[in-house]
Amino acid sequence: MSRFTSALTIPAEKLEKFQTAAHIGGIVAAALGIVSVLLPWSYAHEALDDVTYSAAPSPLQYNYIGLAVIAVVLFAAPLVLRKPGKARDWVAWNTGARFAGYGLLATGFVGVAAIGIESGGLINVDPGGWLALVAGVVGAVSGLVLFRSPEPSMGRIKTNTIVQIIAIAGGLAAVLFAAAFALGLSGAGAFLFYLTFAAFLALTLVRTGVFGWFAKCAADNKKILVLAAFFVAFVFPFTQNGSDANMSIATQVLIFSATALGLNIVVGLVGLLDLGYIAFLGAGAFTSAVLSGSLYSHIHWHPPFIVTVLISGCVSSFLGLIIGTPTLRVSGDYLAIVTLAFGEIFRITMNNLDGSDGPNITNGSNGINNVPELSFLGFNFGDAHQIFGIQVGRFANYFWLMLLVLAVIMVVFVNLNRSRIGRGWVAIREDELAAEAMGVNTFGLKILAFAGGAFLAGLAGAVKAHYDVSVTPDQYVFLESAFLLAAVVLGGMGTVMGVLIGATILKLLPEKLRFFSDYRLMLFGLLLVFMMRFRPEGIIADERRQLEFHAEDEELAEDVQEELIAYHDHFNPDAVTTEDLR
Amino acid sequence: MTAAPAPATDAPVTEDGVLLDARNVTMQFGGLRAVGDVSMQVHAGEIVGLIGPNGAGKTTFFNCLTGLYKPTAGSVTFAGQPLPPRPRKVVYAGMARTFQNIRLFHNMTALENVMVGRYCRTKSNAFDAVFRLPRHRREEREATERSRELLAFVGLENKADTLSRNLPYGDQRRLEIARALATDPKLLLLDEPTAGMNPQETREAEDLIFRIRDLGLAVLVIEHDMRFIFSLCDRVYCLVRGEVLVEGAGDIVQNDPRVIEAYIGAPTVVEEDGNDA
Repeated sequence: MSRFTSALTIPAEKLEKFQTAAHIGGIVAAALGIVSVLLPWSYAHEALDDVTYSAAPSPLQYNYIGLAVIAVVLFAAPLVLRKPGKARDWVAWNTGARFAGYGLLATGFVGVAAIGIESGGLINVDPGGWLALVAGVVGAVSGLVLFRSPEPSMGRIKTNTIVQIIAIAGGLAAVLFAAAFALGLSGAGAFLFYLTFAAFLALTLVRTGVFGWFAKCAADNKKILVLAAFFVAFVFPFTQNGSDANMSIATQVLIFSATALGLNIVVGLVGLLDLGYIAFLGAGAFTSAVLSGSLYSHIHWHPPFIVTVLISGCVSSFLGLIIGTPTLRVSGDYLAIVTLAFGEIFRITMNNLDGSDGPNITNGSNGINNVPELSFLGFNFGDAHQIFGIQVGRFANYFWLMLLVLAVIMVVFVNLNRSRIGRGWVAIREDELAAEAMGVNTFGLKILAFAGGAFLAGLAGAVKAHYDVSVTPDQYVFLESAFLLAAVVLGGMGTVMGVLIGATILKLLPEKLRFFSDYRLMLFGLLLVFMMRFRPEGIIADERRQLEFHAEDEELAEDVQEELIAYHDHFNPDAVTTEDLR
Repeated sequence: MTAAPAPATDAPVTEDGVLLDARNVTMQFGGLRAVGDVSMQVHAGEIVGLIGPNGAGKTTFFNCLTGLYKPTAGSVTFAGQPLPPRPRKVVYAGMARTFQNIRLFHNMTALENVMVGRYCRTKSNAFDAVFRLPRHRREEREATERSRELLAFVGLENKADTLSRNLPYGDQRRLEIARALATDPKLLLLDEPTAGMNPQETREAEDLIFRIRDLGLAVLVIEHDMRFIFSLCDRVYCLVRGEVLVEGAGDIVQNDPRVIEAYIGAPTVVEEDGNDA
């Protein structure tokens, strides 16, 4: 044990006598928070989606109450559970309480700040709002004083499969509800407030160890989890009451995620830095638009969409081959420069294929407009439909189509990763020369990754052309490549979940925080700098990647090994056991 | 994906049993002649040693054989065929190597490391892998089984799921040998397999190399540990300043005054254990 057992650098002896006070302080803070929502936070209706009523909390404030109740439980439990025992060891009460305290402060602060900005001055903050801020300060200080808990053991509890499945279902339902709720918020302040709340709630759950238990449930029932997650995504449009605005964002998120997953093969698995990846999405989109039967297209051949999709993928991967064959002999910085240039060459070429010097294929900077809506067996993607008596609009149709494409891409990614090809890729990333000397076809595998990733981006591009209705060269600028790369790095290179989360964050935030659009790049720059400083392996870390970034961390290496053993036992229960190792 | 040629074990060996035949291999880096006019034969089932003071060009010669360098002059034939100057194709042809400074895939488990070695003897392509076709599943199963056998062969069966970076040094050396064996070689090239080992580990390595020879493989080994090399090898080549100084059976080379001079530099002092230069 270190001399400082709390988050403060004050010796433990000096803090010892304040422990009970801190627990009580936390409970008081949470109680103050609950009292505050019974008062109006502001009389300005426009702030925080209306928090003007007394004794009638707004939906947003109910979330805040939830956080406060969790804080009460976490702060109070150690007072009740004085004897060491299972319930005491399962959960890291104190550590969780600290983060719940931080959460109260952060939400209180964001709430007051949002009221101040949205209603034109802190003068409009009413006693309720100030009380929430005070509650936050008390909560955070109490949390800081608390000693850290020992490692929670909840992640190691053996649970009945049925209970695990119910937990998965509950967790996913909560995610669906939270996503629907977040998208339904109209004001930017309210959205930020909710985001702060959700982030700190998640952090609290992670720190208490409850999340570890969920992770175990998920790991034990991977197939069910994946199917359930797709089901949740599938029913998402039904929660939107036919609203097109949110479905449009959701579809963009899916397109962005699918492209980022393709890039993840190149960057995350093989370790090649590609700065022009958006060109492959663009190639797919242009191919699809040209073959769509649009009046603006100069090629009067209109194959069925399923054919167009495959052609788009092939055109993209052909471009991948063209750029990859000569350049994949160089690596590192050189490859980054070459691909960066390729992205620009693609955009400028599309701009110049306007018939003035050469063939007219893309109408130059006007692009190809009026790409017709897709239609399958009489099901027109452009129309709103009644399904189970619920109205779903145009964007929901494309959402479902994109979900299918994303599923295909995920299967390709995961299955390739777990094959001789995936092992070869990781070997190349670890030590290219040794891989070559062990008979791995390094050049062929790099080309395969490049062309394969491009193919997947081409698939996504084919749908994007119809979704966007018009395809123009200026949609495919370098900035988009940078954003794709940021999504991969932010989420976690080499992982599926991480990249999905990263892509969602990078696509959703700018849509919801329109007022911030001028500072968007600055915000992402800061975000990336902080990520690289505090968690370079991304939100969800690939086990191997994590080791590369924390090479000196022996404890982490042991953990990862445990995980790999568990993973291995899970898939080869009959194989030679690893008992001796433990 | 390019298809791998048939496993090397089926390839014919020349009638006189010469597996590796290097003739007048020269490697010139600008004005520096690292390897000059070296000729060497390795017969099937033979253990051949390659010794020489630091900087004698032993590893450079290895790199010429395994396709990392393209020799400036000279020819290398393997089992009667000229060796292609690409490391990967050399492995396909049936020659695998280890590295002087261990080059394992550190963040992969021991088993995965060996399975990378199986890469060149398996054929399932991206299509097989994506759709989990029978060929992919059969090859995955076989590769796993074979890799576990090889781990057991080198004595690492209990460490299959250990990340290779967490293995002790001696185990890493053995894992590198297992990875090379996974490519089904006919000739194994070991670059200082006992560097940094204690006497106990060195004896185990010696035993392992004998067992590899008993599998029917030829072994070409670079070493500095003289006791190790003279008890192990059927024939020894001594390389000095890029050229073969002496070649012959262990005791002949051991007692050759020129070898002693090259190592120790003082012909009057004769020590049995002229360890290292």
